[in-house]
Amino acid sequence: MAYIDPHIHMVSRTTDDYRHMAAAGCVAITEPAFWAGFDRGSPEGFRDYFRQLTEVEPKRAAAHGIAHFCWLCINPKEAEDVGFAREVMALIPEFLDRPNVLGIGEIGLNKNSRNELEVLQAQIDIARRHDRLILVHTPHLEDKLKGTRLTMDALRDAGIDPGRVLIDHVEEHTVGEVLDRGFWAGMTLYPDSKCTPQRAVDIIECWGSERIWINSAGDWGHSDPLSVPKCHVEMRRRGHLQALVDRISLHNPTAFLGQSARFRLPG
Amino acid sequence: MPTPSCPLSTRDVVDLYFMEHRAKLLDIAAFLDRLDRTAPAPSHAAETHDDVRVRALRRAIPLLLDGAPDRVRRILDLLSDHSRDPIAAAHTQSALGADPRGDY
Repeated sequence: MAYIDPHIHMVSRTTDDYRHMAAAGCVAITEPAFWAGFDRGSPEGFRDYFRQLTEVEPKRAAAHGIAHFCWLCINPKEAEDVGFAREVMALIPEFLDRPNVLGIGEIGLNKNSRNELEVLQAQIDIARRHDRLILVHTPHLEDKLKGTRLTMDALRDAGIDPGRVLIDHVEEHTVGEVLDRGFWAGMTLYPDSKCTPQRAVDIIECWGSERIWINSAGDWGHSDPLSVPKCHVEMRRRGHLQALVDRISLHNPTAFLGQSARFRLPG
Repeated sequence: MPTPSCPLSTRDVVDLYFMEHRAKLLDIAAFLDRLDRTAPAPSHAAETHDDVRVRALRRAIPLLLDGAPDRVRRILDLLSDHSRDPIAAAHTQSALGADPRGDY
């Protein structure tokens, strides 16, 4: 059964992961720009990274029948140096018209600092001026609640249509407010620091299946690129219908991502 | 009680999930036992068993049995920073898992 993983960092995964994802039914992925595990030494490091997202990964994915799309930004962890961040942001427009670029992401906050907020606001403005979708990273652990609220306020203040924004990594204490304010909500299936498949299905049962999706956010940390199909197993073993699985992992991502003319499923 | 929204019966949920959560409960108990068997490292004399994260965990555990719903949300709220203003500067990139200024 076909599914989309709308948030996964394939630059940090081996080609074996593409093979396993394809075998499990993955037909498309979207890959936000993120922290490399260290602070890059120059804006040119980001230029190379954006090339990797727009040139290398699409080919690696296509070899396994998976369509690859990406988002561009300077991530929140590297946003404390505003001068450096502005140099990186100046590079983004050069890449925005590449065929697999859907929008700006994953932008957001990390420790909820003033500088991070300034950089977030500047990237929201890039998205607004170029009429692009936005994918939001919400902070980890104790910082998530505050950062989610600050981010949604910044988007509101910029006049952004919440229907064109996906707020990712929601958990039980943020999902309600995200959905009530009209945004899309993403649940990230991380074993330790975010949602488990069981909790994600609980959230769907409590909050419904509108404007919500699941993703693996597979990256450098303890993560599983097959956590999306494993969550489907959890849904089915509770007795949920395949129609719900398809809604969460195919129709909802297609509806949101399809707001970009660049998004197209293979076949 | 919340409106039933899980398609499984009560008995089915217990049958499916009890063993896994029995194991998770034992993991928490083992963590607390392990903590009791530690002493601060000589180079970190300020370490105590009163770490804010441990205090937060001890404050969270009773929420499991207080009879009120929305346990996960209430525990996440307990562990969260509820301040509203951005901080002046980020001096770390990592998160702790509990509010470092929390009154646990």
